Formats: sequence, C-alpha cells, structure tokens
Amino acid sequence: MSIARAARRTAARLGAVVLTGALLAACGSSTDGASEDGAGGEVTITVDLFGSFGYKEAGLYAEYEKLHPGVTIKQTDTEDEADYWKSLQTRLAGGGGLADVQGIEVGRIASVTQQQAERFEDLKKYGADSLEDQFAPAKWAAATGKGGEVLGLGTDVGPEALCYRTDLFKQAGLPTDREELAKKWATWDGYLELGKQYKAKAPGKSAWIDSVGSLYSIMIGQEKERYYDASGKLIWEDNPALRTAWDHAVEAAQGGLSAKLDQWSPQWNQAFAAGSFATIPCPAWMLGYIKGQAGEAGKGKWDVATLPGGAGNWGGSYLAVPRAAKHKKEAYELIKWLTAPEQQTRLFEKQGNFPSATGAIEKVAGAKDAFFSGAPTGKIFGDAAKAAPVQVLGVHDQNIAQQITNALSEVERKGTSPEKAWSNARKGVENTIG
Amino acid sequence: MTLTAPQAPAPPPAAPPPRPGTARRAWRTVSPYAYLAPFFTLFAAFGLFPLLYTAFVSLYRVELQSPGDMEWRGLGNYTALLGDEYFWVALRNTFTIGVLSTVPQLVMALGLAHLLNYRMRGRTFLRTAVLLPYATSVAAATLVFAQLFGRDFGLINYGLGLVGIDPVDWQNDTVASQIAVSTVVIWRWTGYNALIYLAGMQSIPDELYEAAAMDGASRWRQFFHVTLPGLRPTILFTVIVSTIGATQLFGEPLLLEGSISGGISHQYQTLGLYMYEQGWGFFHLGRAAAIAWVMFLLIVVLVGLNALIARRRSRKEAGR
Repeated sequence: MSIARAARRTAARLGAVVLTGALLAACGSSTDGASEDGAGGEVTITVDLFGSFGYKEAGLYAEYEKLHPGVTIKQTDTEDEADYWKSLQTRLAGGGGLADVQGIEVGRIASVTQQQAERFEDLKKYGADSLEDQFAPAKWAAATGKGGEVLGLGTDVGPEALCYRTDLFKQAGLPTDREELAKKWATWDGYLELGKQYKAKAPGKSAWIDSVGSLYSIMIGQEKERYYDASGKLIWEDNPALRTAWDHAVEAAQGGLSAKLDQWSPQWNQAFAAGSFATIPCPAWMLGYIKGQAGEAGKGKWDVATLPGGAGNWGGSYLAVPRAAKHKKEAYELIKWLTAPEQQTRLFEKQGNFPSATGAIEKVAGAKDAFFSGAPTGKIFGDAAKAAPVQVLGVHDQNIAQQITNALSEVERKGTSPEKAWSNARKGVENTIG
Repeated sequence: MTLTAPQAPAPPPAAPPPRPGTARRAWRTVSPYAYLAPFFTLFAAFGLFPLLYTAFVSLYRVELQSPGDMEWRGLGNYTALLGDEYFWVALRNTFTIGVLSTVPQLVMALGLAHLLNYRMRGRTFLRTAVLLPYATSVAAATLVFAQLFGRDFGLINYGLGLVGIDPVDWQNDTVASQIAVSTVVIWRWTGYNALIYLAGMQSIPDELYEAAAMDGASRWRQFFHVTLPGLRPTILFTVIVSTIGATQLFGEPLLLEGSISGGISHQYQTLGLYMYEQGWGFFHLGRAAAIAWVMFLLIVVLVGLNALIARRRSRKEAGR
C-alpha cells in the first residue's frame, strides 16, 4: 500500500512537472512559432535554464536556427533557481537526463569549479581560450577551475538599482524624479527614512518594499566578502558588513515597511499588478521580470534609480555544457554565439539582462527603457557594473543566504526578536552545511 | 493470471491422465510460485533493494555532489538526529498534522458513508462523486488550495473578511498553516474512506437492524450499537492506512508554498519533507537515508501498536 501510494505521489509530481513544461512551451511558442518543431532537423540542442534568461523571448533561438539550418533548439525552464539546482544536481549525480546546455547561477559557480569540475566539459577543448578578452575579468575568473579549465561562459551580470512606482510615490506625496530620489536615498538610512514618510501617507494597503529578504539580498550584494573570505574560510557570523545589512533589514521589518511577500511566490507575482509595494530592489535581470508580471498596464508607472549605499551585484549566470551531454560541440557553438557581445547587447535591449561582455557594456551605455518611464538603464546599470565589487564566491553561498532571509522573514511576519532570529539563522546554516 | 492457466484442457479430476503425469504434477507444485514470481521480482528490485541500500547509505556520510566518496559514520547519522532540533520539530509537526487531518477525515467519512447508505435518488452518482477528490493529483489539488489560502488575495480570507474576521496568515502562522495542509489531506481522502466504510456497512446483515428496530432503537442508536461494532475491522483498516499516509505526508506541505523547509520557521515541515530537504535541498544523502529509516521504523511501531490495541479489544469482547 505504502509503495503504491508513494508511486502515485511521484506520478502526480511528475505530472505536474510535465504539465508545467508543456505550459511553458505553450507560452513561449507564440513568439517563435515553428521553431519547436523538430521534424527534418539533424541536430536538436537542448537547453535547460531557470528564471528568465530571455533568449527565446528575444528571438535569439529562432535566429540561430536560421543561421544554422538543421539545428533545432529546445528549451526547458524552471522558474525558481533553487528547484532548478536540486534537479540539476540529481541528474548530474545520475549522469542522465541532462540537457546539452545547462544554466548555472553565479551563487553556484563555486560549487561547479570546486566540487564538480569533472562533471562539466572544459570548454578550452573547443577553443574557448580565445574568448577570454571578451568578458569582464572577474566574470571569466569565477568560472575557471583549479587546473585552469573553462567550465562556463558568462551570460549576464546583475548590477543593482532600485525600481519604484511613480504613481504610488505621487499619491504619497514623495518626489518621483530619479535624480532627486537618488540624492535623497544616497544611504540606506535615507532610504528607510523615505519609507517611513511613505508609510504615513501610503495609498491603500501598499507597503514600501516587497520583502525584507530582498532588501537584505540587495544590500549584501554591495559587499566584497559576504559568507566566505578569500581563503575559503566561513566568516559570515563575524562579518560586520553582513551584520549591518541584517540590522537595516530588521529595522525595515520592525518599522512595518514591508509587504511581507516571498520572492518568486505566486502571491509575490500577483502583487506586481496589484501595487502592493512601492519599491523593489532591482538587479538588471529583474527589469524583464517586472515587465512580465506587471504587463502592459504597468508601462510608464515604473522607474529606475541608482541604488542607496553604492554599487553592487546580485546574480548573473553562466552557460555550461555537462560532460554527459549528447551534442557537446554543437552546444559549445551555440553558447559561444549566445554569449557573444552582439547577442548580449540585443538581449539587454529586449529583456534587460545586463551584459557581462565588456564590448557589449559599452554598446548599451545609451540605452533607455520606455517601460520604466524612459530611464537611462544603460547608464544606471553600466555605472553600477563598473563600480560593483568583485565578490568572493563560496560553495554554500546560496544556501546560507536562504537561511538568513528565512530568519529575517520571521522578524518580518511573526514578530520574532532579532536575537532569536539570528540564532535561528545560525542553526539553519549549521544544518545546511553540516 | 489464473485465467490463463486453464487454456490447457483440464482433465476431469477423477480420471487419471492418459500420459505419465510427473511433469504436470511438478508444474502443479511449482506454478503458484511461478505466477507469484513477477511480483516478487519487481518487489525485490524496487522495494527490498532500495530499502536495504538506504540502510547501507544511512551509515555513511555521502553528499550528492560526490556520491563516490563515502565516509563511514556508523550510527552517527542516527545519533545526530536525536540532537537535531529540526528533526524533533518535524516529528511533532507530522504528529499534529496527522491528528488534524486523520481524525476529522475518518469521522466525516463515517457520517458520509451513513448518509450514502440510505436509499435515495442518484445514489450511484453520489457514490462516484465522493471519490473524485481522490482521483485528482496531489499537485493540482494543493496548488488550488494554496491559492484559496492566500494571505492577501485568497478566497478564504476574503470570505472571513466579509464576516468581519481579520485575515489569517495561512502560510506563516504555525497552527493556521497546519490546518491549511490538513484541509488538503481531508479533502482528498474523506471520500475514499467513506466508500470503504460504505462497503463495510453493506456487509452488516439486515436482520440486526430489523431486530434493533423491533426493540425500538432509533436510527441513531442503531448507528452506535449495530453499525459501529460491525464496522470495527474496517475502521481498523482505515486507521492503519491513514496513519501510514500521515507519517509519509509530503506532497501537500511541499506544494503549499513550494518551500522545502516547510515555511520560514519549519512550522509545517513533516518528516517526509525534512528528509527531502536534507537529501535534495542540502544534498546530505546519508542523513536523508537515516531519516527515511527512522520513518520506516516509526510506521512499523505505529501499525504494530494499532494491531495490538485492536487484538486486546477483540479479546476483551470475546471474554464478555
């Protein structure tokens, strides 16, 4: 009985996964119509990604297929990176079911280079050496293994800014000009001060920020050392910069400035259109997400301004080829093309993912975004990308961050005392790493 | 399977077979085993082997990133669990959610079965309809319930708001979130149990009811003094099955928010979910295997306890 029941459960979950895949495919196929059809194609390259890389939406697959007759590209996509990574790890351990191209988030790249370099192709084999000059040095170095293997090619980086709703700001009597705001919230204290003003006159039930978890994440993105030091030692507990970010997040939570939403949850998605929050920490890749969730109705209601407290980086990704992939050579050719400066430029213009190729960063410097009230996104994010610290990456970065944001959410939603929450975070991290 | 056997013309049992029957007699002895073999082969491959291999893995430190490097820990994974706060939280949650979901579910199923047992129009339709929730997938059902239980835009909080009750945080509040998870379980399994009870009720002889009616027992008294005692073995079966199900509860808490931690404070993390978090969230396969075995032993103990209580009661009954 128990086995049958477990099997039913698994079948149900698989069903859900398959269904999600089908829905995603259905959503995507409207943009590039016939490219899903593999009939007559000689090679089908599979691409497995998370979040929104935007290749399909920007029409890049369709163009690649046109340039290379006989090639068909099939993409699968998981919204939440944590789910994606779990599934990828399981498939890597089993050595089956892997796509030809796998996306890797920057918070996981250290795990790839330090723990599982032998599971991915060394792209030098296919001549990736020659591409080094195209990329920002830090982006390239982070995906280089101990023995100098090139384990992935950089896609985007996540220079940080702050997105806000001009219509809500106006209703609350706050200035809406991005230059003026940038001056007012030059520091995080200034940002929280504005938040209190907003709360006093906020329209409806809207809050100042979506969640304290995202506030913490954007602040920690401004630091060079976060969870590990350069020698690979775990330092997060004694890291004063982390503690400062924590304290600011606690202040926002206790001041009732947050809409108390979980990022990537359905409720969070609904809140974009409902106007539940006035500001949201905004790495460049978030622009595309906001557009997707707020829809056409949100056009012109949003704006982007420089981040309080200096430049930072949150996220960004790599494309890698697993050793167990079926079409390694073809996969390499594809990711080489997708990460080339020209394609990165176009991706930014269409979707907002900020380029990691130095040539492309210059090209997009003049870009403006109509959805965000014509904000000079090329300049805002370009400046941030240049000034952002080169972060020390560690194997468990992502899991530690998750435990800390969970603890902050306890302060935010349950009124847990910050001391208790901090000790919960510590226990959580021990449990994760242990 | 037995239907295929008589294809060979069966000789009349009394007459001796025309040819020497040693081969046939041998086949007759062996055939039951041969027919059972497919089941046991599959069970060995997909039931027994994983069970034993899990026990083996639980004695080592194994990480998913490097399954090749196994470091002997003996019973270390098990002793670590004893001192693991989250394990105890998960155990407690499994128990409270188990009670919150099983008790109302079985009580409601009994009532439902009693109603379905009446003669009425559309009886077959109704009996089929109660089974429908059981036929939906956990994922689909839970995702719909997660929407209903949404804090800001959920239908349930909207309804509560109409009667002047403040919105409930069905995700973050410990009791509320456990009620939310239990609701999904109750919704899915009540109809299933009702049908099992119904089958049990129909096997109770009519004479008992007639006799009770003649003695002047009301419908209510008939239910308590005829139906319930007659259903005892059926109730025991459903209690055991529900206990096993509750101990393994996984899909509903996972999908309520999509959080493998069972919420920000582990407030509705069950043992099954904790095992998943250790194994596929943090990639500690050895620890996950140890949790799996603890769950297995727990189920064995619970079912044994159930059976023991039942036997004692029936012995008492017989002695009366």
